[in-house]
Amino acid sequence: MSQKLIDLVRSAKPKAVVGSLLSAGDATVIVAREQVLELATLLRDDPKFRFDVLIDVTAVDYSEYDPALRHIVTPLDAGNDAPLPRFEVVYHLLSMPHKHRLRVKVLVSEDDFRVPSMTGLWQSANWGEREAWDMFGVKFEGHPDLRRVLTYEEFVGHPLRKDFPQRGYQPLLPMPNLADYTDNETYR
Amino acid sequence: MTTTASQKLTQLRSELRTEEAEIVNDKMIINMGPSHPATHGTVKFLLTLDGETVDDVDITIGYLHRGFEKMAEAGTWQQVLPYTDRLNYVSPLINNVGYVGVVEKLWGVEITPRAKYIRMLISELSRLTDHLTSIAAGALELGGFTPFLYGVEAREALYPLVEELTGARLTTSYTRIGGLAKDIPEGYEAHMEKALQHVEGLVVKVDKLLTKNRIFYDRMMHTGVVTQEDAISTGCTGVMLRCTGVDWDLRKHQPYLAYNELDFDVIVGSRGDNYDRYLCRMEEVGQSIKMIRQIFKQMPGGPINVGDWRVCLPPKDAVYNSIEGMIAHFKLVTEGHQVPPGEAYFAVEGGNGEVGFHIVSQGNGRPYRVKVRPPCFYAMGALKKMIVGHMLADIIPTFDTLNMIGGEVDR
Repeated sequence: MSQKLIDLVRSAKPKAVVGSLLSAGDATVIVAREQVLELATLLRDDPKFRFDVLIDVTAVDYSEYDPALRHIVTPLDAGNDAPLPRFEVVYHLLSMPHKHRLRVKVLVSEDDFRVPSMTGLWQSANWGEREAWDMFGVKFEGHPDLRRVLTYEEFVGHPLRKDFPQRGYQPLLPMPNLADYTDNETYR
Repeated sequence: MTTTASQKLTQLRSELRTEEAEIVNDKMIINMGPSHPATHGTVKFLLTLDGETVDDVDITIGYLHRGFEKMAEAGTWQQVLPYTDRLNYVSPLINNVGYVGVVEKLWGVEITPRAKYIRMLISELSRLTDHLTSIAAGALELGGFTPFLYGVEAREALYPLVEELTGARLTTSYTRIGGLAKDIPEGYEAHMEKALQHVEGLVVKVDKLLTKNRIFYDRMMHTGVVTQEDAISTGCTGVMLRCTGVDWDLRKHQPYLAYNELDFDVIVGSRGDNYDRYLCRMEEVGQSIKMIRQIFKQMPGGPINVGDWRVCLPPKDAVYNSIEGMIAHFKLVTEGHQVPPGEAYFAVEGGNGEVGFHIVSQGNGRPYRVKVRPPCFYAMGALKKMIVGHMLADIIPTFDTLNMIGGEVDR
């Protein structure tokens, strides 16, 4: 079932898929960043796939992952020796009509940390991508409102990166001047 | 011509009217929250009001952010479990089931049939407490104090059962990778039956007080409507999705544990409004009670933990009296579960919808990454569309039936 799904995705967009994996019953396809939006549109609209729900958006920082084991979670196709970048953006898709799920992973390097936004396809991408931006610093190109969501605006750093310390302090914020609010036309 | 007193008065009145008109035309910006008494949950709405109509809203969450996912990376696989209690703190047992479920999925561990049934039992027990709390608190925030007391009494009839089983009302940490902390105690079925009958009686009382109550009906009917298209696109799951008429329940359509062996119905609405969500929850309470009775009837015997000592702690007798048991215990506690490298996603039907866990393992006994997919987070993303263009007072019932749980949304 799941292997059939991977084969279907591969045959529909052979150039977009750079690797695939079937583990623990989960189907995963690894997709090149340039083609991910095109592939996602196809996955949503094609009657074969009908992925009507974007269940979750997240990222994984592989900077502290054992390089010898990385091929187990991110296997590229044979003949592809491209170095694996630090980050992966992970989308979990669900198709309610077909009752199948697919994980789509996009490889992104640290110095060019951007992926196209899926907000045009699924509304759930709005908050999901905001969270991924907040926690990892992924720039979602075309996102209408890319603000922090779990932490606050003045927060320094992206907490789920592996180089972010487990313990530490955030800079204190200055007390807001009440006069700024009471004198302001908008707030009166 | 001199102006008479009456003319002056007319002029004054017209000036006053234009001033009033200006005030009315001005959009008002107000903060609702973060600690608003009528919202159970810490969330801030920055509202732009046009009279009493909501013109725009900016929803701020994150007041309860503890860094669950960061903390999870610090310990062993089993040490993450107590944190999951604090996700949805109204139904902590479902989170426990979901978390161990994903680890077992990645590891390929098949738990015993009895463990499956007990996990279903605690899931349904938690769903009951979750729905009852949601209905009760929702009624309270609309001014109904009596249904609130009945609802909480029903919840309080169930919490002692959770306590009897796990030793705690809220911080349950009951499941273990490969099984459970302990088997169900003696006489549990009789206690449960007594509590369920009490709950059923109270649910009837709540139903009589609310369902055909004119005030309640007017506040709930046709307010906070979410369309089917929006609900699917925004990633709403659970009652939020089913109230729009989508027949989707993970227990039925992607069955996990042994849900395919139970006989139950998926409750769907038709309008997608607050009243439908209330009715769905009331009906699901009945379904869960029915399922608990079935579970006791069909409960198989046998062990609750898998026999493999690499997965489950050996029995105490073996730990103290045999070298193998001692070593297995020591290795499991100090080094953690040797979950093989890889990644997996597993979802269970929680009180509010799909509670999903995505894990990445490196094979060294510690989670490399744990991501929770909280159902409320995406429902909160859908909330803006449900309240913009409607009355300010409708936010209260809409937010109630959405049933946001701060611990889960903010993690």
